[in-house]
Order: sequence, then structure tokens, then C-alpha cells
Amino acid sequence: MIEEPFAAGNSIIHQIDPRFRVAAATFYSFAVALCYEFQPLIVALTVSLVSVLLSGVGLKTVLKRLAIVNVFILLFWIVLPLTYKGNNVYSLGPVNVYLAGIILAAKITLKSNAILMVLISFIATMTFATLGHSLSRLRIPEKLVFLLMITYRYIFVIQQEYQKIIRSIKIRGFKPKTTLHTYKTFAYVIGMLLIRASERADRVYNAMRCRGFNGKYYSLTDFQADAKSWVFVTVVSGATLGILLMEVIFNG
Amino acid sequence: MVKNQKIIKMSGISFSYSEESPILKDLDFEFFKGDKIGIIAPNGSGKTTLFHLMMGLLKPTSGSVEIFGKPMETEQDFADIRHRVGLLFQDADDQLFCPTVLEDVAFGPLNMGKSKKEAIEISKRTLDFLGLSDFENRITFKLSGGEKKLVSLATVLSMEPEVLLLDEPLTGLDTKTRSTITRALTEMNISYIIISHNIEFLEATTSKTVTMRDGKIYADQQVHVHIHDHAHVHGNVPHKH
Ligand SMILES: Nc1ncnc2c1ncn2[C@@H]1O[C@H](COP(=O)(O)OP(=O)(O)OP(=O)(O)O)[C@@H](O)[C@H]1O
Ligand SMILES: [Mg+2]
Repeated sequence: MIEEPFAAGNSIIHQIDPRFRVAAATFYSFAVALCYEFQPLIVALTVSLVSVLLSGVGLKTVLKRLAIVNVFILLFWIVLPLTYKGNNVYSLGPVNVYLAGIILAAKITLKSNAILMVLISFIATMTFATLGHSLSRLRIPEKLVFLLMITYRYIFVIQQEYQKIIRSIKIRGFKPKTTLHTYKTFAYVIGMLLIRASERADRVYNAMRCRGFNGKYYSLTDFQADAKSWVFVTVVSGATLGILLMEVIFNG
Repeated sequence: MVKNQKIIKMSGISFSYSEESPILKDLDFEFFKGDKIGIIAPNGSGKTTLFHLMMGLLKPTSGSVEIFGKPMETEQDFADIRHRVGLLFQDADDQLFCPTVLEDVAFGPLNMGKSKKEAIEISKRTLDFLGLSDFENRITFKLSGGEKKLVSLATVLSMEPEVLLLDEPLTGLDTKTRSTITRALTEMNISYIIISHNIEFLEATTSKTVTMRDGKIYADQQVHVHIHDHAHVHGNVPHKH
């Protein structure tokens, strides 16, 4: 199951109009992604850290999420210092380690974590449904939003179908080995899953037609753009512009 | 409006999914306003198929369908009447697709052009009616099987249809929820066809049952065992039924 552990809560961030949070997170993330110098990146990381603290989400869960991404980033730390050639070379026994590679890996780490933390505190603090509605209010094409919502809904159904099939082969004593029988069984499982998913898609479309679906998706939520939300975007935009300004200054 | 207005008329309907085995053969069926019909027939006899043909989700290989006196020929013909005929699917997972219960129940009314406020009002009223008032913000796919079935019924009722086609509304429901549905059906002044394997339920909610055999519909000739067990308050006192 995909959980939404951060969505429940009543922090300052939770109270901000979701549309403003989505817009602010997008603007901020793009800006941080553009930065290249250490100074603005370190400021960005600090800003992100503050926003996570403000959103009152469990730090342990946040760290767990960050850890998953940082495992991938670890690959950069292994590959880049060995391959990203620059002037400063250190010899560690038989291998050459390049300073430029280390610096690049460090910057990627700062950038990714800053962006991720802001997404957790601004976006993961709303339910997926609210996110969908915010996107449609921000004039993202209806078809895209609808696709997103339906995908989210049916990931669970497909996952359940998958578990049903797996359960049914398990209770009949199937154990994966490197035999032709195993490969054949897996091929059946995948084939079955595809067929069931596409049949279900047909049936869902039928159900939608029965209820008068005509290609338009309506959202029920009304959002409140209150003073707090305006203060919030102003502060985030200010911080973002500050970070961009630092980038320009330090980049010479 | 004329009493005994004909709602559904199917004549000479044949249908098959594949070449070899026809599911329905030259079937005739008429359904009038005020009718409450139960269909009780073996698995695989084509009950669900029949409902889907009525809604235009499947096209008959031959024969004609008339709904509310209009011949149904194109997809548009069916699209125009679908909001007046509420189909409850056999599998509730097919019916619910919005993230939250309220949105799903409001989906039909919104499509029918109701304002957001009206749609929310109707949806809340419908959920209340089915005893689901605190379900509004529940996530549809995190509901239990029985809860899904009830919410599915709410999504159909919120369109305020004139006719209900209920495909096994009781499967997976406990006794309490069953009686909620029985009560809801008897309270509403509405025409319906119910597919069910539960004789007691059909006896409580319908005025006539039919069965399906060899791709056709027959009046149900079987004499039903009338299950008769109520609490005997009058224990030893002589009494009449
Ligand atoms: N999508 C399909 N493709 C091919 N054959 C189908 C399909 N759906 C149903 N059938 C076949 O058509 C026949 C009638 O199916 P239908 O679902 O109408 O039966 P039913 O009376 O509703 O049964 P149940 O009581 O089990 O719900 C069955 O023999 C079934 O195998
Ligand atoms: Mg069926």
C-alpha cells in the first residue's frame, strides 16, 4: 500500500492553500535545480530543513525517505570521483581520484536533498486527491490530471490482482527455481496481470459512461487563498530569489 | 405521465461473446414503470450480460432495445438515457474510481450538470439515507468489500435514476447491511430489476421473479420454499399468521 503518512497534520504548512504550496514548491525546486555554487546550495538546504521542521512531520520518517534517495546518490560518490576528470588528482594506490568529481557529487547531494525536503514538507503534506485538485486549479490540462488520479486509484487494484495471482500460485506449492516451469509460470503471471488490468480498464470506463462521464472531471474542493497563504508564497518566493541572487553573485 | 409506461422493451435479442456459444437467444423482455422484478438464475446464464445490453455497454448481434419508448440505436441514444437508469455493477471495484467517497458519489450529479453545491448536498443526503454519513472523506480503495458495495449503491442512487438495475447487491454484506438495503429499496418509490441468488431478499423486495434458461427469460414457475421464522412473541398463545 502506498501510504500518505504526512498528509494528516495541522502545522502551519498544512494550513496553507494547497495550490500555493504546489506553486511555491515548483518554483523553489526549479531554482535550486539551477544553482551550481556551494553558497546558494547550502542556504537552500537550510531553508528546506526549516520548512520540514515547520511542517511538523515525523523526522524519522523523513530521514527514512531521504535515505532511500541517498542510496542512489551514493552511486555518484563512487562513480564521479573516478571518472569526472579535472586538474586536481590524488592517487589512492592504483586509482586516480579527481577533486572535481568529489565536488560535483557533493553539489548533487546538496541539491537533491534540498529539493526532496521541500517536496516532503510542501507537497507530501496533502493527500493525493488534494494534489490532483490543486493541479487542475493551476490549469494543468484536465486529461493529465485525470490520468494521474486514475493511475493512482488503479495502482492499488493492479497490486491487489498481482497479490491474488501470487497467492494462488503459492498455495499450490509453487517455489521459484531456475527451471523452465518457473519461467513459464512467471510468464503466465505477467500475461494474466496485463489481461486483467486491461479488462478492468474497460469495465471502469463502462461504469463511468453509466454515470454520465463526458470527458470532463470536476473537483469538489474549494480552496481558500487567505492572508496566511499569501504570506507563505511571499516568503518562499523571497527565499528563492535570494538563493538565485547568491548563485549569480558567486558564479561571478 | 401515463401509468404503466413501458420503460424497457427488448425484442428478439441475441448475443454472444464468441462465435460458438450464444449467451442470449431470441430473448424478449418488457419492463414497466412500477415493476419490481427479481432475476434468479444459475451462474453463467447471462444475467449480467442482459443488464449490460440494456445499458448499451454491449451491442446485441440481433434484435432491438427500446428504452423510455425510444429505440436505442447509437451510443448517443444510450448516453442520453443512462442517467435515468442506474446500474449497480456486480463488482464494486469497477464502480468506484474517485479517490474519496464524497467525490465518487458526486461524480454522477456533476456530470448531469448539477452545481458543486447541489452535487454535494445530494451526495450527503444519499450517504445519510444508506447510513454512511461518516464515510464522506474515506478513501474509496481502502474500504472493505461490503463498504464498497454500499458506496457503489450510493453512487448510483445519487443520480436519482427512475429505474435501478442491481446486479447482486447483497454479495459480501452482513445481515445488518442487508436489511439496510432491503429497507432502502422498499422505502423508495422506484422501479427496479434485481439479480440475486437470495430468495428471501427477492421475496421481500420484488413482486415477481423470473429466471433465465437457454438464453431466454421465463417466469419463475418454481414454488419457493417460504422461509418462515420470526420471533414468536406470543409463544404459547394461540395465534394466526
Ligand atoms: N467478457 C466476456 N468474454 C467472454 N465471455 C464472457 C464474458 N463475460 C461473460 N462471458 C460468458 O458469458 C456467460 C454469461 O455471463 P454472465 O456474466 O452474463 O453470467 P451471469 O448470469 O451474470 O453469472 P453470475 O451469476 O456468475 O454472475 C458465461 O458463460 C461467461 O462465461
Ligand atoms: Mg453476473
